[in-house]
Amino acid sequence: MARIALDNVSKRFGPVRAVDGVSLTIEDGEFFALLGPSGCGKTTTLRLIAGLEKPTAGRIAVGGRDVTDLPPRDRDVAMVFQDYALYPHMLILDNIGYPLKVRGIPRGEIRRRVTEVAESLKIAELLDRRPAQLSGGQQQRAAVARAVVYKPQVFLFDEPLSNLDAKLRLEARSFLKHLQHELGVTTIFVTHDQAEAVALADRIAVLNEGRIIQVGTPREVYRRPLTTFVASFIGSPPMNLIPCRLKLEGQTARLEGKSFRLDITSWREPLAAKLQDGAEVILGVRPEHLTLSPGQSPRTLPGELYVTQPQGAEYLIIVLVDDTPVSIRLFTDEPPALERRVWVQVDPARLHLYGAGGERVI
Amino acid sequence: MTKGSLILSRRTGFLFLLPTLAFVVFFIIGPFVWVFWLSFTNQTLTGVTAVAPRFVGLANYLRLLDFGTWMTRGEFGNALRNSAQFVFGSAIVGQAGLGLLIAWAFYRRRGSLREVIYTLVILAWIIPDVVVAFTWMAFLDRDAGTLNAVLRFLHLASVDWLIKQPLLSIIIFNTWRGTAFSMLLFSSALATIPPSYLETAEVVGASGWQKFRDIIFPLIRNHILTDIILVTLWTFNTFTPFLLTGGGPTFKSELISIHTFRIAFQFFEFGRGGAIAVMMLLINLALALTYLAILRRKEVGT
Amino acid sequence: MKLARFILVRVAFSLFVTLVAAFFTLPLLWLVLTPFNPRGTLAVEIPAAPTLANFRLVFANTFAMRALLNSAILGLGAMLIVTLVATMSAYALSRADVPGRDFLIYALILFSSVVTGTAAMVPIFLLIFYLGLIDAHLGVILVFTGGLLPTAIFIMRDFVEGLPRSYEESALVSGATPRQMFKDVILPLVRPGMVVVAIWTFVNVWGAFLIPFILLRSPTNMPASVAIYSFYTEAGTPIITLTSSYALLFALPVLVLYLLVNWRYGFRFFGGIKR
Repeated sequence: MARIALDNVSKRFGPVRAVDGVSLTIEDGEFFALLGPSGCGKTTTLRLIAGLEKPTAGRIAVGGRDVTDLPPRDRDVAMVFQDYALYPHMLILDNIGYPLKVRGIPRGEIRRRVTEVAESLKIAELLDRRPAQLSGGQQQRAAVARAVVYKPQVFLFDEPLSNLDAKLRLEARSFLKHLQHELGVTTIFVTHDQAEAVALADRIAVLNEGRIIQVGTPREVYRRPLTTFVASFIGSPPMNLIPCRLKLEGQTARLEGKSFRLDITSWREPLAAKLQDGAEVILGVRPEHLTLSPGQSPRTLPGELYVTQPQGAEYLIIVLVDDTPVSIRLFTDEPPALERRVWVQVDPARLHLYGAGGERVI
Repeated sequence: MTKGSLILSRRTGFLFLLPTLAFVVFFIIGPFVWVFWLSFTNQTLTGVTAVAPRFVGLANYLRLLDFGTWMTRGEFGNALRNSAQFVFGSAIVGQAGLGLLIAWAFYRRRGSLREVIYTLVILAWIIPDVVVAFTWMAFLDRDAGTLNAVLRFLHLASVDWLIKQPLLSIIIFNTWRGTAFSMLLFSSALATIPPSYLETAEVVGASGWQKFRDIIFPLIRNHILTDIILVTLWTFNTFTPFLLTGGGPTFKSELISIHTFRIAFQFFEFGRGGAIAVMMLLINLALALTYLAILRRKEVGT
Repeated sequence: MKLARFILVRVAFSLFVTLVAAFFTLPLLWLVLTPFNPRGTLAVEIPAAPTLANFRLVFANTFAMRALLNSAILGLGAMLIVTLVATMSAYALSRADVPGRDFLIYALILFSSVVTGTAAMVPIFLLIFYLGLIDAHLGVILVFTGGLLPTAIFIMRDFVEGLPRSYEESALVSGATPRQMFKDVILPLVRPGMVVVAIWTFVNVWGAFLIPFILLRSPTNMPASVAIYSFYTEAGTPIITLTSSYALLFALPVLVLYLLVNWRYGFRFFGGIKR
């Protein structure tokens, strides 16, 4: 049972709180992503689990054992670093076999196991070469092989795909997902690329400034981001956020911006329970949930056309609403005939509302 | 990667450093402190003052700095003056100046000429002290030496270098010996200047001198400063001229380093020698602190 | 006008280069010619019949040969100690959380630049004297180690810092003990640095004069640098044939090592620019 539990873990470097009270449970066999911008603490969290850093507070458990005070080699984890850390002075065979060598396994046995793993990763013919002779993709597989060969309880990946070029990255994504599925080993990987996290992970934790903002499946995080931070992080292009004011009058509810009034009466009840009339809110709606309307209506926002960008199978239109750029994805390959003034249609079932502080309201 | 990741525990790290600390304490800090103490005594190697040295206060220093007599040949002031001229001529004008000129002359030139010149200059630097000194004795010999042979060939007067111009001789000798370091330092400093800077200047019509003055010099100013401090420090402390002139004749080329040696080891008067050594150390200290200040400023300003 | 200036620059450059070349070549002419000249004098003469006889003189001179051996002993002794201690210290300074790490490094530079052999000759002599190590190789080796360590640590530290920490961390996570990590990963990768430090130390000690001069006086113990000095300052005229070939022989290892380092690693490190 390779369950991982972090209990209120913090790590400080001098005055900086890299990780601030993080509690997390990762289930056995899960492919879990730690997602966030640089400096959010995701790599530090990973290193805490590996044992390369000691937490300033909190406990860490792997497979039911409290490992907080144990050095990395006693934790039964494996880690693949961003730069792969393949030792330049050793052959690939010896690189992959190193974890076995330090465990005192005889040479013959090492060779056998390494060859087995290398074959399954399709790098068997590279065993007698040195790291410098391998391509980026091959180096990555070798680093993964080194992690796999001693059958640890947990895999830890630190930005495993960021050193690969775009095309290789897509291949490597499927390779990693397939591998994890086959081996069924609990895997945690760190990335700043939300598309990657969403594509690969069973569950994602979004971090910022050392704290976990939201944990959920990719679908949950996409559909119900808990804060504007998460909303603007997930999704490509990210969710549009427009500051405005909530107006509750009689039986209606409206959002009023500088240049628009949007009718959202269908949400009146839940909103009235939480907010006052006149409250400042942020309207959130994803580019894929917006369309253009031929004319004005209570469900539209007036906008000024800024730019039209073809994107292959769709068009990305950027429109200024209340001086805020709003992106719209139009699924057509005919260039839309547009004038300077357009009307953006909002589907009330697809909108998100956040308080002035970024916290989700509905 | 995160800094401060504990690959080595604090205890092991300290153990690893212990031998170094021991050596530094014994052979660097120890002597530094001891020599101060010595300078206030009349310690010698033999005789009554060897086993029972007396504290004599500033007597040794007063002897050194007796401004009435200190400039006579063989006294401290004379050595100080010689060292000052030596450092100015050999370090600042000589090594730094020549090093800069050579680096500038070969700036952005490649090819075998550069390799040959650089190799020659470096050869002068790496051949051991004694060999070089001996070679220069032959070079400067009045009758058979190569330099005089060349001078005579050019119908110029030959000079008895080591006897008549000992200070000048060691200045030129030391310049020859040490130019390589400055040359290499300036060479790599110049290499950091993007060629586009100079090409732009070229296009707007700047002359070679203007390019040097307005673009190159400001950009390598810090390096020049660093270099001057370093070669000054090394030149001030060098003992090699002793191998060429022995400080003579009649102390005309006695540098502070040689003076220390003579006073301390001719009659083994360690108290007096200690006082001179202290003066050396203080001058070294001033130079080293200046060097550190420049280093710090570079880090902050970059 | 432009043409005239262009020509002037070219002429100035050629003149300068010629002068520099002459300046740096002329003194050495004597050194490369005289040892092969059976009639060696202080003059530069192209030997009519170049010979190796002078070198045979050197080899036959037991005093000279023993002095060379002494130089080698001093050089190798210092080299071994300095390389080992500097590597350990540089590694600790880079990877261990030693308090006051930066201060230590700056202090090292400061002290080693200030307390030079010439400035400290008096207390060093007394120290060795009181330790009873006058005229003993060990005394000289220890003094040199103390003097050369700070710079050696500096050079090694550059090498160690250049090693990504992920190598060590990956080894630790793979299951290695710190000792295994050091032996399997660190040592092989800092070996080039150790070679540079070893050669640099050896060369410095091999050619050193002052410290052996004041600490090793007996003819059986003095190294070649002191021996050569005694050859050409002894009363009477020095035997040029013997001394010049001895000097050239003495300089040879340094030249060979320089070529080696330059060929394998390029110049940066020998240039002391990393001082």
